[in-house]
Amino acid sequence: MKRPALCSRRHFLHANGFGIGTLALASLLERDGLLAAPVKPELFGQARYDLTPKQPHFNGQAKAMISLFMMGGPSQMDLFDPKPMLTKYHGQKFPGEIKYDNLAQASSKCFGSPWKFAKHGECGMEISELLPNLAKVVDEITLIRSMTSGVNNHAQGLYAMNAGRVTAGRPALGSWLTYGLGSETDELPAYMVLAHPSGLPTFSGEHFTNGWLPALYQGTLVRATEPRILNLDPPPSLAGERQARQLDLLNELNEAHLTLHPGELDLQARIASYELAAKMQTAAKEALDISDEPQHIKTLYGVDNPITKDYATRCIIARRLVERGVRHVQVLNSGQSWDQHSSLITSLPKNCEATDQPSAALIIDLKQRGLLDTTVVHWGGEMGRLPVLQNDAGREKWGRDHNTYGFSMWLAGGGFKKGYVHGETDEFGHKAVIDEVKHYDYHATLLKTFGLDHTKLTYKRNGLAASLTDNQGAKVVDQLLA
Amino acid sequence: MSLIVPTRLWGWIPVFCATTALATVDFVHDVQPILKEHCYRCHGPQKQEAALRLDHKPSALKGSDNGPVIVPGKSAESKIVHALRGSNPKLQMPRKADPLPPAQIDLIERWINEGAQWPDSASAKTESKIDHWAFKPPVKPPVPSVADLSITDPAWKKSRNPIDAFIASRLAKEGLQPSPPAPPEKLARRLFLDLIGLPPTPTDLATFKEAPLLTKRLLASPQYGERWGRLWLDSARYADSNGYEKDPMRFIWFYRDWVIKAFNDDLPYDQFIIDQLAGDELPNATQDQIVATGFLRNSMINEEGGVDPEQFRMEAMFDRMDTIGKSILGLTIGCTQCHNHKYDPISQEEYYRMFAFLNNDNEPWRVVYTTPEQAQRAQILKSIEALETQLKRDHPDWQQRFAAWQAAITKNRPEWTTLRFEDDPSGGEKALRQPDGSILAQGYAPTRSEVKFQVKLDAPTVIAAIRLELMNDPNLPAYGPGRSQKGTAALTELNVEMKIDGKMTKLKFASATADFGEPENSPLAPFAKDKEAAKDKRVTGPIQYAIDGKDETAWGIDAGPGRRNSPRNAVFVLEKPITVKPEDGLTIGLSMKHGGWNSDDLQTMNLGRYRISATATPDAKADPLYGAAGNAFAVFRTTVPEWKDTNAAIEKLWAQHPEGATTLVLDSRDQPRMTMTLKRGDFTKPGDLVQLGVPAMLNPLPKNADGSRLTFARWITDRKSPTTARAFVNRVWQAYFGTGLIDTPEDLGTQGSAPSHPELLDWLACDFMDHGWSVKHLHELIVTSLTYQQSSTVTPALLERDPYNRLLARGPRFRVEGEVVRDIQLAVSGLLNPTLGGRPVMPPAPAYLFEKPASYAPFPWHVETDSNQYRRAVYTFRRRSTPYPFLATFDVPNGETACVRRSKSNTPLQALMTLNETISIEAAKALAQRMQKEGGTTPETQIAYGFELCTGRKPSPKELATLSALMGRQAARKEQLDAPTIVARVLLNLDETVTKE
Repeated sequence: MKRPALCSRRHFLHANGFGIGTLALASLLERDGLLAAPVKPELFGQARYDLTPKQPHFNGQAKAMISLFMMGGPSQMDLFDPKPMLTKYHGQKFPGEIKYDNLAQASSKCFGSPWKFAKHGECGMEISELLPNLAKVVDEITLIRSMTSGVNNHAQGLYAMNAGRVTAGRPALGSWLTYGLGSETDELPAYMVLAHPSGLPTFSGEHFTNGWLPALYQGTLVRATEPRILNLDPPPSLAGERQARQLDLLNELNEAHLTLHPGELDLQARIASYELAAKMQTAAKEALDISDEPQHIKTLYGVDNPITKDYATRCIIARRLVERGVRHVQVLNSGQSWDQHSSLITSLPKNCEATDQPSAALIIDLKQRGLLDTTVVHWGGEMGRLPVLQNDAGREKWGRDHNTYGFSMWLAGGGFKKGYVHGETDEFGHKAVIDEVKHYDYHATLLKTFGLDHTKLTYKRNGLAASLTDNQGAKVVDQLLA
Repeated sequence: MSLIVPTRLWGWIPVFCATTALATVDFVHDVQPILKEHCYRCHGPQKQEAALRLDHKPSALKGSDNGPVIVPGKSAESKIVHALRGSNPKLQMPRKADPLPPAQIDLIERWINEGAQWPDSASAKTESKIDHWAFKPPVKPPVPSVADLSITDPAWKKSRNPIDAFIASRLAKEGLQPSPPAPPEKLARRLFLDLIGLPPTPTDLATFKEAPLLTKRLLASPQYGERWGRLWLDSARYADSNGYEKDPMRFIWFYRDWVIKAFNDDLPYDQFIIDQLAGDELPNATQDQIVATGFLRNSMINEEGGVDPEQFRMEAMFDRMDTIGKSILGLTIGCTQCHNHKYDPISQEEYYRMFAFLNNDNEPWRVVYTTPEQAQRAQILKSIEALETQLKRDHPDWQQRFAAWQAAITKNRPEWTTLRFEDDPSGGEKALRQPDGSILAQGYAPTRSEVKFQVKLDAPTVIAAIRLELMNDPNLPAYGPGRSQKGTAALTELNVEMKIDGKMTKLKFASATADFGEPENSPLAPFAKDKEAAKDKRVTGPIQYAIDGKDETAWGIDAGPGRRNSPRNAVFVLEKPITVKPEDGLTIGLSMKHGGWNSDDLQTMNLGRYRISATATPDAKADPLYGAAGNAFAVFRTTVPEWKDTNAAIEKLWAQHPEGATTLVLDSRDQPRMTMTLKRGDFTKPGDLVQLGVPAMLNPLPKNADGSRLTFARWITDRKSPTTARAFVNRVWQAYFGTGLIDTPEDLGTQGSAPSHPELLDWLACDFMDHGWSVKHLHELIVTSLTYQQSSTVTPALLERDPYNRLLARGPRFRVEGEVVRDIQLAVSGLLNPTLGGRPVMPPAPAYLFEKPASYAPFPWHVETDSNQYRRAVYTFRRRSTPYPFLATFDVPNGETACVRRSKSNTPLQALMTLNETISIEAAKALAQRMQKEGGTTPETQIAYGFELCTGRKPSPKELATLSALMGRQAARKEQLDAPTIVARVLLNLDETVTKE
């Protein structure tokens, strides 16, 4: 009888006295090709899901992604998309039609940006004075000024930007990436999510849900404060060496049981899951602890400044996770803090102060480590804002309402162009008029830079091949890619 | 005019002529090939862009989302011609290819002008898919004979269970042999986990003799309903919160308990479905049957400020259709809400024809009572009636006195004019005007609000008093009249203002009367209290509280359980009658400031449905009979001073009336709604009116069928329904074996998988119906089969041959569901609180999950302080936006949509959960204590006992030695550490503990 390779190697390792810390994982063995997936007869097709690295459809440049998600709808005409015409018409009636979300506070008066724009970098990209640090790295980024998703609500905007469609319940981008590409680490979850100290953004779990993909692909939520992972640590009385012994024992018993059930894949997967859990107890702790980062790195990100401390810390953690092979990291804000319906003039600068330096530092740091070429950094929210005033009750109350007909976001690294601006909105910044990029076009392009064909990365559901772009007619925007 | 005539030989030749009187264009020869070449790719059998299909005559002539595209005889009005010509370059067709040669377009144009003749024979037949096996009612196939099969095990040859015959016959065909039976203790544990979702105790194992006996015992245990009810609750998308952004809690756990009870009572499955779809429409419907309609109410509800209630009513309707499709029919009909089904022969129209059955309901919260409460309530009502009868008997003149009293009331009734209002005063809350002049408050309910109505007058009007009526409505909690979770309300102040000498001036009241008011200084209900309840000085009381100018006091209408949902009226008499001119800006303000602090929870005390009217009659009083509802005597007797004692006795009885609970149910509307198709499923784009109906591929409706849900329910459970029984037996099979006989339980249609054992599926479906749709019969049949009882140990050869065990040459083996993982922890540790039913419980969970902004609104997750922490997982509170972490990590669905097949993951987060989560640790400690207390006196016997509790078998000598060594090592180290707890934690995390083998 042919003995499955897994068992023999496992038992070899075990017999040689390796403890759990060095015992190879089933997933590693699978990666070595030692545990071949069983040949499945056509009739009985039912896929097995795991996190071993997968071959992309073609060679892609990107290997990992960090999404700096800005829930609420950052105001594009105050940050990324200068509109002199809007300034000229400031206080006058907007010469066109506007779709408002909040009619009660709606006004049709133009609201010229109170902030100045200037050209930066060799590319001459125009960026607002609110983002002085981003201004220094514009030669690394692709700025899209013509994003659209079409539904003026936070929920639908989020679903569109994060999960491909305006409907709820679909898998998040990170789930698709890990489903398509697996993981490069066996010590950490493939998809990790870094929460803000004040809590999750609105629609909490939907930012990193696996939707109807297997739960294996859900994002692992990392809290902003210790304990960053729930239940990672056993109670003190069960911790440390005692736990190692327990896990060794557990492993021994499970392994012994496996010999009675040779080839039982679930049992193998469970053994592997305890091993990953055990590894996470040290690996996740190590990865999530930035105390050993050198001072110049901390300074670069702004860890020592109370205003930037949290975001800087999480950006460094994101980088550390990617360095350690995590496929997708989301750095989230809290609530919908970019939702400036009122008091934009005072609150938008605060958002920028907290995030600008760390975001720019992430680009610099990834680049100096040679990781930027393979890591996509994304900065953006679920929508943008209107060119007209909301809450016309005195300058300090001025705000802007939602706008999904034309907004901005930027991408860096991982195969995206450097120093490039894509698309335009109209003269007032209301609607995308040139080179519109729909949310699904962005997704198709993003998948392409990972070597994935958005029409082929599918999951069978209700008898249909469901995908991130889901038959919406998505087109890869090749101009975005280098 | 330039025309092109086709010739068979030369292709296309342009011809110039002055008239259209040419040879007729032939659709089949001339037009169809053009459509086929250029249009079908997007508008044909595979795709119907813009819902346009050009290969199927009726669809093509019906047109697209944007209306007809072919108007016979009128090419100028036919959009297809404009699209092909590119009259609007943005809309030119074909979209992704070169324009058609003008000659071809001309031809289509001519064909249309000639009347668009299209022979039926040249239309695609969408009906052809009706031939699919699952659209024909199942017919019981003969059971194959096992005698001649190459199966060697004599037990299989002797088996009388038809399941074995079907399985053996397939195995023989594949050249495989079944596995030997599982060892008795494995089989016993499998039966326990499968039938009641709990592991056996060592005593259970010791007394286990034979499977049939144990099966009967387990099926009779109330834990059976908890286990199998939970699986149905997945497909019913049951949850204890509304979903969407605010996700407040809802009360629908009576439905959950009904499901559990239905399984325990072995309610026939057809009746089970009928009750859920139309229990309220059954003759003399019982409370249980009404509660069952909560099945349809499990849809999510969106109460965001500013949402259109109709939009989300439609979302809920689509969800109900999707649920009926997946859960009952085993068909994916959800996609036909927007367009014709791409694969199965259900048209969009047919979808809306079914939809029409479900579109005629109110969606109330109903007050319900548990069985003991029902008995108590009946007793109280009987006693009250007896006391009233006694009064009448003791006072023979009661009738005259009663009549005189009534006559006086009727005579003094002033004439009231309903006031009309200028504008909608609603903030987030919607004030919907009703035909009778009343206002129905719906949508987001602020907990502190002040609505102001501008009164619309046509002429100067004398007003002496204002009347406020509080009315019932099926759209209010417990039918109202208020919006609080009990249907009550509180009016903090009634403010009437108008311009006097050009200045808005508050009018003063001389008096106020009402047919009911709470006693002075009544405390607020706990749900309406401020965050710091102790500092909250607000009270409710009599009607005078509404005109005392104080924000702390309000008129309260809570007459206690059994009576609190009566309509009420109050009359406010002005200090002096006043003549109001239209331009005086008369405003009536309702100040409602007696709600709680969290407007995203159920803390409102707002009025629900109300009407405001005025009279010129001085000294008007509230009508004491306003809410008497046919029992005027009950009001009358309270006005008779000498009946004081009896009245007091009756009040005492009312005080004992059970509180009850509310649950979401359906309730037919008097006026049915019109059902229209919705273009692309958009509620703002209604299309044609549809008639009631069902998809032609399924069984027909009976003749003269009415539009009731009951008719629909009976149709869906008709024996001729091709998929209803099949879908259910398949899911039961899936629960036992991990995969159904069809591995796409949500889709038996043409895109679903082929069944592995089609004859067995049909046999089971027919046998199920033959046995009165008895679910317990189905269970017995399955678990007493040799197929089920096989050992699950797999050989590598068999694994390679049949990795997913579809042929069933071995028994099932897989990780148990999330609820069972939790229940095993609780059961083996002895922590389990086995109480049945009741409100959902809140076991420990990280508090930050329920606070802003992780939760959009703060959510009151009050961790249980007693053994309610340790209830079975079926009772864990299910909040859709914050699924309970332990369960969610083990793939328990969150109830957003119907789920008939759970995913099964094995992740490190699960390992971290069972190692370190609060209750997991408590279970390890409790198991350690139990081992020491019940497991004999030596470490070995204690370990063996714990091992058997967890895995259902005794440890092997080697396992025992390994564990004992650990315990010994720990003890020898004399650390501060509890060696048995360490062992217990290992035992709880064994693969075998959480696996059904």
